[in-house]
Amino acid sequence: MSALSFVTDQAGQYVHWGVVLISVTNLLIIVAMVLVFFLALILPFGSKQDRETAQERDRQ
Amino acid sequence: MTRRDKTPDSHDFPTRSYDLVKEFVIALVVVVVLTGGLAAIFSSPDENAITMSGWAKAAPNDLITTAAAELAGSSTSATYGPPYNSNGDGLKLGPLSLQKWAGVRLPVDSAGLVIDPLSAVSGNSELTSALAAWKEATPEQQTKWATDYVDAIGTAEADGEPATGAGGDPAKVAAGEYGPAPVLAAGLLTLAQTGGLEGALTSSGNFFGGDQTKALLLLSDGTYLEEQAVARNLGGGQWGMMNETGNYPGQPWMWLYTFWYQVSPFTTSHADNADAEVWGLMMLLTLLLVLLPFIPGLRSIPRWIPIHRLVWRYYYRGAGRR
Amino acid sequence: MTTRADPVSPGDASADRSWTVRIRSRVVGLVPEGQWLPGRQPVYVASWIYVFGVLTLASLAVVIVTGGALSLGGVAWYHVSSLGLFVNSLHLWSVELFFAFMVIHLWGKFWMAAWRGGRALTWMTGVVLFVASIGTAFTGYLSQTNFDAQWIAAEAKDGLDAVGIGAFFNVLNPGQMLLWHVVLLPFAVGLITVMHIILVRRHGVVPPIDADSPIEKEE
Repeated sequence: MSALSFVTDQAGQYVHWGVVLISVTNLLIIVAMVLVFFLALILPFGSKQDRETAQERDRQ
Repeated sequence: MTRRDKTPDSHDFPTRSYDLVKEFVIALVVVVVLTGGLAAIFSSPDENAITMSGWAKAAPNDLITTAAAELAGSSTSATYGPPYNSNGDGLKLGPLSLQKWAGVRLPVDSAGLVIDPLSAVSGNSELTSALAAWKEATPEQQTKWATDYVDAIGTAEADGEPATGAGGDPAKVAAGEYGPAPVLAAGLLTLAQTGGLEGALTSSGNFFGGDQTKALLLLSDGTYLEEQAVARNLGGGQWGMMNETGNYPGQPWMWLYTFWYQVSPFTTSHADNADAEVWGLMMLLTLLLVLLPFIPGLRSIPRWIPIHRLVWRYYYRGAGRR
Repeated sequence: MTTRADPVSPGDASADRSWTVRIRSRVVGLVPEGQWLPGRQPVYVASWIYVFGVLTLASLAVVIVTGGALSLGGVAWYHVSSLGLFVNSLHLWSVELFFAFMVIHLWGKFWMAAWRGGRALTWMTGVVLFVASIGTAFTGYLSQTNFDAQWIAAEAKDGLDAVGIGAFFNVLNPGQMLLWHVVLLPFAVGLITVMHIILVRRHGVVPPIDADSPIEKEE
């Protein structure tokens, strides 16, 4: 497995790791998407009242 | 998930007030602001298209070699098969000869890519004589002249392979029986250099361009186009499908399609048939994704890896209290 | 506009067979009453993951509007005008956002197994939208009238020709590709988007995995 390397030339900036060759821009986009997905899962949503309401079981 | 029929009706659950239209408007504002900001800061790519004259000036040897190959019937497009001609059977997907069955619906005569534009040139008696000699010869004679010329030009040394013929330089070709092929190839180069080849290969059949089939086939028969692409990491073996010129964002969603072109067997034993097989594989995977709700095992992955417990943690907390 | 039922003469059974009435009933019956644009959501809809559907929809709106703006100047406008280049940039980045939000939406729906409870068609139309969007973007890249468009056409023809599609869908023909990009594919994407959203409104947001029905609890 070849070491992680950065390539900058006429092509723009690329990351080369084994068989993977990906542009820095694309890599940043994918990393940002995973981060946003993760944050969407863990960040609290809505007001405190909304969160308490979500725990209710009985129909109003 | 055999519990599917036990999923309760969502309309039976307690509700709380939620403003959908306001949510959409906020989303729209967010997207507009993000789009405007990204566009203002990063702009978008625009590398100029390769013109025929640009090709002629940057890589004249490549253009001449390509012209000779078109005349010899040995270029990529000449031996492609359907939809351009019948000089090959094309690729197969297993037992299915899909390429062949589609038929020759976009007929292109590869020698015509050279002869047709040249036939419109006037005032060049050497060229006119060469064209006449070409048209009067038998197909076998034409092929022999052009093939011998292609071999005589040869290729430069590359990838450890020694140079052949004149090492790819038409100016250094050894004396031989090439008929009118050298004059025709050189004639195409001159025509291209002066700008006369732009638009001369339109497939539209009239003044109004719009169909660049012939022009693009001639261009892609050469090596210049691919060299420019590979220099920008757009080549097939460079995950090129995902990439854009420069540092601009590309198409990250194409990662899986281009992935197969980077690995065995599509780089090795199945390289020749890779285009058909990768397409078939991607269609199969897409079908699996579409039909996921009906596939046992795959559809249960969300249950085995319970990321959903984060999404609905307030609900489950309430269930725990009960 | 009266809310009374239309007065029907005794013995007039033709109204039942009326194409108009039948279509109206079918359309009205697509979504439960009050659910076309409800002001309330089930209490379990309480996570940021739920906003990515509407973000995708909003992005699609911006993609279409910026594409329309590009159409004002034509396909080669952005090469010769800085305003055109900015509009082109708006279109490119709105497309990147569109795909980013759509994929995050897909990830969320997968991990929530959102096809449960009779929602298989919602999932399927969603995946078809994903694939159709890729196709639409593809014809867009072919319509750039620059080097990238030349290269993409030269490469893509091999894959499509190999399976016979290239004979009918000619990526070397920018005139054809542009019209697919601007007319045919956006129409298909729009139509399937409408179907997808109607299905979401029809079935409601999928309950949590292993949720018990509140009605049974009350028994």
